Amino acid sequence: MQTIIYILPELFLSSAIMMLLIIGVFVKKSFKLVNFLTILVLFFSAVLVINQPEEIVKIFNESYIIDRLSIIMKVLTFLFSLFVLISSKDYIKENNIDKIEYPIIILASVLGMILMISSNDLIIFYLGLELQSISLYILASFKKDDEKSTEAGLKFFVLSALASGLLLYGSSLVYGFTGSTNFDIISQNLDQNSTGAVFGIVFIIVGLAFKISAVPFHMWTPDVYQGSPTSVTSFFALIPKIAALTVFIRFMYIPFINIFNQWQIIIVFLSIASMILGAVAAIGQNNIKRLIAYSSIGHMGYALAGLATGTISGIQSSIIYLIIYLFMNLGIFSCIFMMKSEKKYCETIDDLSGISRNQPILALSFLILLFSLAGIPPLAGFFAKFYIFMAVIEAKMYTLAIIGLVTTVVSAFYYLRIIKIIYFDKPKKEFDKIYNWGLKFSLALSSILVLIYFIYPTILIDIISSIKIY
Amino acid sequence: MNFPILSLIIFIPLIGAIFIFITTGSQKNVEKNSKYIAIFTSLANFFLSILLLFSFDNTTSEFQFVEEKNWIDGFISFKLGVDGISILFILLTTFIVPICIFSGIQSIKFKIKEFLIAILVMETLMLGVFCSLDLIIFYLFFEGGLIPMFLIIGIWGGPKRVYSAFKFFLFTLLGSILMLIAIISIYWITGTTDIISLLNIRIPNEYQYLLWLAFFSSFAVKMPMWPVHTWLPDAHVEAPTAGSVVLAAILLKMAGYGFIRFSLGLFPLASDYFTPLIFTLSIIAIIYTSLIALMQDDMKKLIAYSSVAHMGFVTIGIFSINKQGLEGSIIQMLSHGLISAALFLCVGVVYDRFYSRMISSYGGLVNFMPKYALVFMIFTLAALGLPGTSGFVGEFLVLIGAFKKNMLVAILASLGVILSAAYMLWLYKRVVFGRASSPELKEMKDLNRTELYIFISLVFLILFIGFYPEPLLNTINVSADNLIINYQTNLEFHLEKINK
Repeated sequence: MQTIIYILPELFLSSAIMMLLIIGVFVKKSFKLVNFLTILVLFFSAVLVINQPEEIVKIFNESYIIDRLSIIMKVLTFLFSLFVLISSKDYIKENNIDKIEYPIIILASVLGMILMISSNDLIIFYLGLELQSISLYILASFKKDDEKSTEAGLKFFVLSALASGLLLYGSSLVYGFTGSTNFDIISQNLDQNSTGAVFGIVFIIVGLAFKISAVPFHMWTPDVYQGSPTSVTSFFALIPKIAALTVFIRFMYIPFINIFNQWQIIIVFLSIASMILGAVAAIGQNNIKRLIAYSSIGHMGYALAGLATGTISGIQSSIIYLIIYLFMNLGIFSCIFMMKSEKKYCETIDDLSGISRNQPILALSFLILLFSLAGIPPLAGFFAKFYIFMAVIEAKMYTLAIIGLVTTVVSAFYYLRIIKIIYFDKPKKEFDKIYNWGLKFSLALSSILVLIYFIYPTILIDIISSIKIY
Repeated sequence: MNFPILSLIIFIPLIGAIFIFITTGSQKNVEKNSKYIAIFTSLANFFLSILLLFSFDNTTSEFQFVEEKNWIDGFISFKLGVDGISILFILLTTFIVPICIFSGIQSIKFKIKEFLIAILVMETLMLGVFCSLDLIIFYLFFEGGLIPMFLIIGIWGGPKRVYSAFKFFLFTLLGSILMLIAIISIYWITGTTDIISLLNIRIPNEYQYLLWLAFFSSFAVKMPMWPVHTWLPDAHVEAPTAGSVVLAAILLKMAGYGFIRFSLGLFPLASDYFTPLIFTLSIIAIIYTSLIALMQDDMKKLIAYSSVAHMGFVTIGIFSINKQGLEGSIIQMLSHGLISAALFLCVGVVYDRFYSRMISSYGGLVNFMPKYALVFMIFTLAALGLPGTSGFVGEFLVLIGAFKKNMLVAILASLGVILSAAYMLWLYKRVVFGRASSPELKEMKDLNRTELYIFISLVFLILFIGFYPEPLLNTINVSADNLIINYQTNLEFHLEKINK
């Protein structure tokens, strides 16, 4: 009975999914209702998670862990899914994807991520991962009469299934060489010289790198981001990263911490490759969703750089980076949802040239968010990078720091290019006025937070510092 | 004094910018109100900084008006303070910004509200650079200035504005990002980023050289020194007049200030070691860019190249590391701030009337614009360092300082003085004397009242510093002495360590 209290959010969420499915089927034209209820469910799940006890609890034969890390990450997952749903409401309606399945599948994938975040066992982890992946395949191809969306879904499915297979193979190797699927026991039994286990870990890292879209396992990202409906892209760009990064942290620092020397090189490589590709490949893009895809690859590179340090401040910096990244990208996607000209959503960057004339506030928010993504002080994006470099230099990894900073300059170029088109070019189109309050709210929230973060930067550190990994 | 006067000076422009941002109403009213707000805040700030100067105690080298607030727990505090070196730059900033605003109001034709916001935000950031007593805070302000300047060049600039804005942004970002690594490294080496405590901590020998180079990369780009000066002519040429003025008068000085405060203060061993490098680059800058300036047919470009040459004097003065050199370079920076601002305004005056920056489009202006010809002459003479103008005091002191340190450097640098006379006088001759190149020039109106007041105030200051630099030197004196003494004791300490 005691254990049920601890998994109350998960229970609530799964029963809500079933209830919503029933409501959706039996009530006619129920998309609005289901969407609204989904937002409520996400909100109450977040409340339930916040109210969980602070001590570390391991339940179900120590295969499920509830600690500060999982609580913070779950709250983030719920809140940002909620924001994504609120901000994409109009888009869903206008693109005829307002089917009841849409919010329900989002809830299902959120449930999968919650399981991943709390898993302390390879099997639970894999269960959660598959639940979220399968939901994401469906979401990517949700606009089923659209060629690109279908293609995105299929591509994502094939590649992701391969990655899951690798992950599973890696897990089985680890199980074979350590005799358990439980993280704590793996950590005790892992032998530094056991080649088999190291192989298993490499496979697991490959699988995780795929989920977080780190180079060289990033191939799916640009196509899927571009092909999927924008509402789905915004979900893809934000929410799965939270779970994937949490799992990354947990895997590296609990079961595999003893062979830190082996995996550190891999993570450093992933991080450097992602930062470079994210900076260079985005330069030539003209589709804004594709550009965001490359930029998110680059940003995950920075988050991994924090992880690669192997210190507690490194983990904290990664988490701070993730949180600020979420806010910035929420804002960017709100801007993309607002870029509407003659009732059509614009996707190419060149279309943006009119907004500084007709929608000065939108243009200003876009400007703030883009400078923040580029990491220019005093905006929040600078602090995100700053903490990462603090941790990296503390660990005396100067090469990583210098490469990271140089790629910052390169990536500044393409963010500046968007700003140039918004502010310096002659306007081509009139942009429609947007009246959706949800969209305005999420844009205002993210851009104001990004702008005024420097007034009280301690706030995130206070939240993060309570996280204990070991 | 507990009254937070420095925070007030820093944040008044920002508050003004917020007020401008929230003004609403009809287009005309908004523009009128935002002009009033901008003028009011910038002038209020100027008077406040004069108040600061009067309550400043120039008999001590301690930092004054220090305020400290906890910012990131146990790590960085928001710390401000001024000494004899930085207070003059604060005055320069608060003096130049109202001039930019007046000039902007006259010449900017669209998005005037946004322009004023950008200038005021810029002022906050520039003042922050000179006041901050924490490396991280310094970096925040130093780097944050890129955003408004990028927008000023890009939105209100000339035809090639996009290229120039990008070049400016990426050059300076690349330079200063290495400084960020250095700052973080300093934190991990010494455990603090507080400048006052850092000045008393000796940074271990083995770190000095790399850290110095990282800081150098940032300041050299901003200064700008040869060969990374190429962004400056582009940025100057394309920026609107007010933007060029801010850029030349204040932004470049942030680098000189950085050299004095950080390179000399924190890394004496490396500064000593790299002095020949600085001297070489500065000499090349002085002679090479002066020759380039001779060949320019664009007025703004000519003045931009002359800025690079003048900044060469500043770096020579700083790294001569004696009292005359240091004081001379500070005076040179202040006077260049005034003179280059004035020259860019002079170009702006004719550009607003005739829409050309080419020297060949003008000629014989003395016939149609006598007042203009007079002020332009004063500024030209000041720029070439005529005795009695501020330009002379700075260059003279720098050359004395350089002579004490290295005679060859002084001789080569004084070549620059001759060259600057050549290009400035030739410029003046081609624009003001001679025959008018086109009949439309006869329509040109002489200076209007606002322009005249701006120029009179500039002329007054330039001549004042030229005839009576005593008050300035008194303000700098104690701080400069203290800096040099600290430098020498620290250097001896480090050298002893090497010998052991």
